[in-house]
Amino acid sequence: MTAYLVQRRPREGGDPYVEDFQFDLFLTFPASKRRSWLWVPAFAGTSGNGVSGVTAETIIQSLASGLLMGLLYGLIAVGLSLIFGLMNIVNFAHGEFLMLAMYAAFFLFAYFAIDPLLAMPFVAAAMFIFGAAIYLLIVRFAMRAKTNVGMVQIFATFGLAIVLRGLAQYFFTPDYRSITHSWLGGKTISIGGIFLPVPQLVGAGLSILAFGALYFFIKRTDFGRALEATREDAGAVALVGIDQNRVFALGWGLGSALVGLAGAIMATFFYIYPDVGASFALIAYVVVALGGFGSVFGAFAGGILVGLVEASTALIMPPSLKSVGIYAVYLLVVFIRPRGLFGSI
Amino acid sequence: MQDITHAQRRRRDLIIAAVLIAVAACVPMFVKDVYVQNIMVLTLMYAALSQSWNILGGYCGQISLGHALYFGIGAYTTAILFTKFGILPWFGMLIGGFISAAIALALGYPTFRLGGHYFAIATIVIAEIAFLLFLNWDWAGAALGIDIPVRADSWLKFQFTRSKLPYFYFALAFAAVAWLVTWWLENSKWGYWWRAVKDNSEAAESLGVVVFKSKMGAAAISAFLTAIGGAFYAQFVSYIDPESVMSFQFSLLISLPAVLGGIGTLWGPLFGAAILIPVTELTRSFIGGSGRGVDLIVYGSLIMAISLMRPDGLLGLFSRKRKKEAVR
Repeated sequence: MTAYLVQRRPREGGDPYVEDFQFDLFLTFPASKRRSWLWVPAFAGTSGNGVSGVTAETIIQSLASGLLMGLLYGLIAVGLSLIFGLMNIVNFAHGEFLMLAMYAAFFLFAYFAIDPLLAMPFVAAAMFIFGAAIYLLIVRFAMRAKTNVGMVQIFATFGLAIVLRGLAQYFFTPDYRSITHSWLGGKTISIGGIFLPVPQLVGAGLSILAFGALYFFIKRTDFGRALEATREDAGAVALVGIDQNRVFALGWGLGSALVGLAGAIMATFFYIYPDVGASFALIAYVVVALGGFGSVFGAFAGGILVGLVEASTALIMPPSLKSVGIYAVYLLVVFIRPRGLFGSI
Repeated sequence: MQDITHAQRRRRDLIIAAVLIAVAACVPMFVKDVYVQNIMVLTLMYAALSQSWNILGGYCGQISLGHALYFGIGAYTTAILFTKFGILPWFGMLIGGFISAAIALALGYPTFRLGGHYFAIATIVIAEIAFLLFLNWDWAGAALGIDIPVRADSWLKFQFTRSKLPYFYFALAFAAVAWLVTWWLENSKWGYWWRAVKDNSEAAESLGVVVFKSKMGAAAISAFLTAIGGAFYAQFVSYIDPESVMSFQFSLLISLPAVLGGIGTLWGPLFGAAILIPVTELTRSFIGGSGRGVDLIVYGSLIMAISLMRPDGLLGLFSRKRKKEAVR
């Protein structure tokens, strides 16, 4: 389906050129549409959100869905947090990484009939290579800047995001795609009267596993320790003979592989289109900042909090205002704790 | 070549600006093509907006990625006052400017305590909340936005259907004012305070700079000017909706010329806009029609290339040469 406007119709009395310029640049489509798309599948299986008559059951139902979604948000965001903790860079193309992973899962399914659940390791491996390559080819140079480092990094990765979106549009067309008959897709199970969508349930379980593995990895392996040490003091690490560049590249690879996992699972219940990353990128930033930049556990906690807040906001406000709750909580938290919940830097 | 003194440099900047304005004012006599005129209006508008952003983001070093909020408030105030209460856009423009400045001050109070990325994300999030609220605010047109009825050409109502020239001259004046304000601020007490805050706010504080107050000042001035731009845009396009005036992408577009031209410099925003906007517009109209994203690829690559190769902005091309000469 192509619910997508390449060119907005110039309005009467308006100026065709201006309209084109304004709307075409990022090929956005009306936000109302975008945002309502976002949540329909996420809450599939619930009794419907924003409905009248909030009972104890709908509250539990919403919170359960919110918790599952929140764990997925954590998984989406943790790569961002890892990279930031390592080198103080916010990757503004993080959403596009997610988009690429979703497409990878889609094409593996469409051409090789590999179920996204099986494809997950392949997608993660491909994203690992992609992330490391992006670091070596682009980000490495952005870090050389002496002046206004922050802006250079923001705009180098922002430019990358636009290029990736353009490439996706060029090669994959702007059409909406979805994986129709996967093992997980469209199924729900009922636990004690609460309906839970299977893809999100599996995604949440996977997220917990991934966080556990990541924790073990950082604490117990040599590379993990090198990562942690570089995060703490890059200069000292160079002195003891650890190649900083290599650690950074591996860090980008790892961060991208994690978002690859999230992308593969998201592909089973979400629409796949070139702009899909933009909707999740902002949530990922908020999750990371809420938990505290650079804190892996912060991303986990932040994700859960955001998922729960979103679900509760949906109970009391119209669905299109759901994100307002997340943003308000972010502001509330940083006004009280300017470093986020678990941030140390 | 010996260094020129500070006062000489400032006088030289002023003369260059005067010449540029005079030349720009004459251009429409030779360029009759509406399409080109349109690009010129947009270029000037973005130059002015980016110059306004530069006051807070460049000079004071507070990276705001939510300036679309002020732009949108300027646009909405003008449009709502005109369509609902019949108040002329000229007053709406000023009222919008003051509302924006007031909001900037109110928001600055809690947000300026935040550092680095926490501040940037807070600005994004605040603008996004306003965006969502406007999207759902039926009285203000919700997602459909507001159509400004255009009847006849009139300076009083600041609307013109036949010619783009009035818009061009207003945009030129707007850009000139934004430039002049920056020029004046650069050498004022505020200008020095801001640069001190940007370089090291703790050190500045200990030397007696009132850091918090100076950030608030920068935010208010920046928001006021940005809102004027929003009001202009509403009149220029005669139609606004939340997506076009308040989206996150638009916040980035406002800051982009300054960053690419040279952040925290007097000429950077103008220079960046003069290159970025025509290139964007031309690639879009020549290769963007296919809807296949080639224009996005070109545009994104351009941003990436400039920020990687010229981290201090395109203006660095000149200053670097000068520095080398100075060393000799």
